[in-house]
Amino acid sequence: MEKLKIGTCWLDGCSGCHMSILDMDEEIVGVLEKADIVFGPLVDAQEWPEGVDVAVIEGAVSSQDDLKLAQTARARSKVVVALGDCAVTGNVPSMRNGISRRKLLERVYVEGATEHPGVPTDGVPALLKHAEPLHQAIKVDVHVAGCPPKPSAILMVLTELLEGREPELGSKLRFG
Amino acid sequence: MTEKVKVRIDGEVIAATAGQTILEVARANDKYIPALCYMEGLSAVGACRLCMVEVSGVSRLLPACTTPVQEGLAVTTSSPHLESYRKIALELLFVERNHVCAVCVSSGHCELQALAQDQGVTHVRYPYNYPRLAVDTTHPRYVLDHNRCVLCSRCVRTCAEIEGAHVWDIAGRGIQSRLVSELQRPWGEATTCTSCGKCVQACPTGAMAEKGWGVEEMTKQRAAVSRLTSMREGQ
Repeated sequence: MEKLKIGTCWLDGCSGCHMSILDMDEEIVGVLEKADIVFGPLVDAQEWPEGVDVAVIEGAVSSQDDLKLAQTARARSKVVVALGDCAVTGNVPSMRNGISRRKLLERVYVEGATEHPGVPTDGVPALLKHAEPLHQAIKVDVHVAGCPPKPSAILMVLTELLEGREPELGSKLRFG
Repeated sequence: MTEKVKVRIDGEVIAATAGQTILEVARANDKYIPALCYMEGLSAVGACRLCMVEVSGVSRLLPACTTPVQEGLAVTTSSPHLESYRKIALELLFVERNHVCAVCVSSGHCELQALAQDQGVTHVRYPYNYPRLAVDTTHPRYVLDHNRCVLCSRCVRTCAEIEGAHVWDIAGRGIQSRLVSELQRPWGEATTCTSCGKCVQACPTGAMAEKGWGVEEMTKQRAAVSRLTSMREGQ
């Protein structure tokens, strides 16, 4: 049987959810026996490939680049998992949402700068008005809350999905 | 002599006293009905709508915390219909303010967080409101963060009914409703506040907390507040 494909990506988050994936320790070997990780911060691929079975997405949708990557991942994957509180609720990135983008950028890059004050425009993606949960931008099939989600929850979800079942979080559902 | 009545909760016949509420009878018999604004020792107000139950012969849902039992009452505490309404009630609480568990002193000890997990709220289906809300740090010992307030009014009732100071009230209407101390005076300047801290202990979330605690550190002594009422009974 051909191996399944997992893609992961990291939008507006801290990478803690990816750390939690690695925190599965040796259990990740069992996952990799059934599937290859074909995209994400843990591998080299430059573009989200076609035909991904499970997309695991960390972080809120906060910039134009986040939105584009989320849409690409959705279009090229069978199942999308929102991994962690930022992807599920907006979490810490969404704490900027009560402040206008202009005021936010000025506060950080002008008022908060000790040298070279000025809002960056080159080489950085434009911010969206709000940092939103993933399901406000694309259709999400499975939500795994947690800051970060426990490795055991991620393992359970991946194992179930790779076996073609729908994961039931039950008592593993946890925010924060 | 108090009148004894028989009621059915999820099919089981239970002896109760007339005047008790459905929630009191259920809790006394280890039947779980979720609730957020209810707290033992305080008057019940039916604000959070999480304790809604089905009562046979009544077409609408009734709040268990404010509905008194009567002879022959048959209550259903759990059904797909109730579960879907409870989820909606919780999701609407989340969209109304900015509840960010990851940076909250009460994470892991929060009743709102625990209820969402118990009721299987995996995500919130409605768009968030993202209001810009104040944090009142004027009190020397306590802090009030409106971002985390669910307007349950447990602090209002604790202060008025147990401490007898009535510092707190809810001002405004609808989405503009806000908890206020002493007619909009900052908490630190409220002359009627005795700084007893019972409001803080009664608060189900991290909206009220003692100063000086980090994320996940603010555990609350809710039983201590309820116990005051039970100890005063019969005096």
